[in-house]
Formats: sequence, C-alpha cells, structure tokens
Amino acid sequence: MIHWFKYSSPQTFYPLAGKVAPWFGAISVVLAVVGLYISFFMAPTDFQQGESYRVIFIHVPAAWMSMFIYMVMAGWAAMGLVFNTRLSAMMAQALAPTGAMMTFIALWTGAFWGRPTWGTWWVWDARLTSELILLFLYLGFMALTAAIDDVRRADRAGAMLALVGVVNVPIIYFSVKWWNTLHQGSSVSITRAPSMAAIMFTGMIVMVFAFWMYCIAVALTRVRHIILEREQHAQWVQELKEAE
Amino acid sequence: MNWGSASEFFAMGGKALYVWGSYGVTALVVAAEIVFLRRRGRTLRSGDTQSRRTE
Repeated sequence: MIHWFKYSSPQTFYPLAGKVAPWFGAISVVLAVVGLYISFFMAPTDFQQGESYRVIFIHVPAAWMSMFIYMVMAGWAAMGLVFNTRLSAMMAQALAPTGAMMTFIALWTGAFWGRPTWGTWWVWDARLTSELILLFLYLGFMALTAAIDDVRRADRAGAMLALVGVVNVPIIYFSVKWWNTLHQGSSVSITRAPSMAAIMFTGMIVMVFAFWMYCIAVALTRVRHIILEREQHAQWVQELKEAE
Repeated sequence: MNWGSASEFFAMGGKALYVWGSYGVTALVVAAEIVFLRRRGRTLRSGDTQSRRTE
C-alpha cells in the first residue's frame, strides 16, 4: 500500500520529483528522435498537401497538450481550493507556462500550415479563436497570480480564474462540430479508425507521447523551483541546503 | 526514403518556409524554456547559499 497523502507534502515531493524528472526528459528525447525519424523519413509525401502536411506532427501534439495541460492545471487548482493543500497550487503554477507555450506552438504551427493549405495565416473561425482565448487564459492566470503578493490569495484567485476558464476547453474541442469552421474536423477519434495513413498516424502518436513526457519533465522541474522559493524558510529546506 | 539528397530534404518540396518555420520556432521555444528553467534553478540554489552566508 502506497501512502499517497505522504506525497502531497512538498517536503517529500521535492526529492521524488527530482528523481523522476530526468527520466521523463530522457524518454521524451528518445520518443522525439523516433517520432521525427518517422515524420520525415518514413511518412510519405501527402498526395494533396505535399510536404507542408509534416507540420501536423508537431501541431497536433502541441494542440492536444495545450488543452490537456489546462484540464490538469484546473484540476490541481480545484484540489487546492477544496483541500487547501500547498502542493496543489504549486502544481497549477508549474503547469501554466508550459501550457501557454504549447498553445503558442499550436497557434504558430497552425498558421504555418494554414498559409500553404488554406491560403491564409489566420482566420477568425471558432477553432482558432477559442485556442487563442486559451492562450489568454494561461497568460491571465500567470499575470494574476504574479500580481498578488499574498501567496494564499494569489493561489485562490488563480484557481477561480482557471476553473472559470475550463468552459473554454470543450468549446475548443467541439468547435469543429458545432460550427462551420475552416479548420478541419478531427482525423483521430476513439470510436473509429483514424482517417489518415497508418505510418502518419504512428508518427503523430509517437510525437504526442514525446510532448507529453516533455511536459511532465518540465513541470516537475518547475514545481521543484516553486517549492524551494515558497518554503525557503522551512526547516527542511535549511537542512537540505546544509546537506548539499 | 523520401529524399534523394540533403538539399532535397531541406527544400521540402518548395514548402521549406512553412515546414522549417514551424519546426524551427518550436525547437526555439522548447530550448528557451529549458535554458530559463536551468538558469532559475541555478540562481535559486546559489541565491540560497548566499543568503545563508550573509546570515
């Protein structure tokens, strides 16, 4: 039996995160190498789009991560509100910059795919607009929590913003169904076979896992920094520093 | 194999700007995040030892 609550304390989580983060980083690098090899050397040229379709190997993973990280961030924020655990709010803090980065990558690569494919860098369609709002939600969360000096109040205000913003995630996800968007519908779904060549799908999925592992490694490293910052006057941090 | 030569690979069938513009910027922001993270970790640790010394 693992005592899960033990790990909700920053003191026990700090060394654990430090131990596992490099492994997630290493797995991410290996997956990225394999994924990029498949994306560029095994996946054939698309018969309609030519080579520009290769942007999807980073566009789709980044877009999925941008939504997934937001849900995880909001989950931690909610947990912090309900249980008042210190680590939860720190986890939400640690995830926000990476989530914002993934959203930016999704928007940027989307523009660079859209230009040769649709003939435009940007349109105000529902998918693109709601993804842009997601970027503003991340930036708003970071700005709000940074602007409030009292850490507890900053965490609570940030958590409220994160939770209100959750409504945007299903809007992004279903926007291609609910509205007539220029952005295409999903090529991958749980209920049916993917509507793309198997090797392209494989490359994309490997890249998704590479991005996923990267996000975990980075978030764990960042949460360690936040723990050090916030608990710098605690007994255990002092002892840790003396031990070094 | 899709590419006859290295130059063919970099040309990306005339879509080099879009493909490398996407991959390049992605690599750049990922690298930036790692650099900032490392730097913050280093200043955190060195800053702590300094504050201990001045105590």
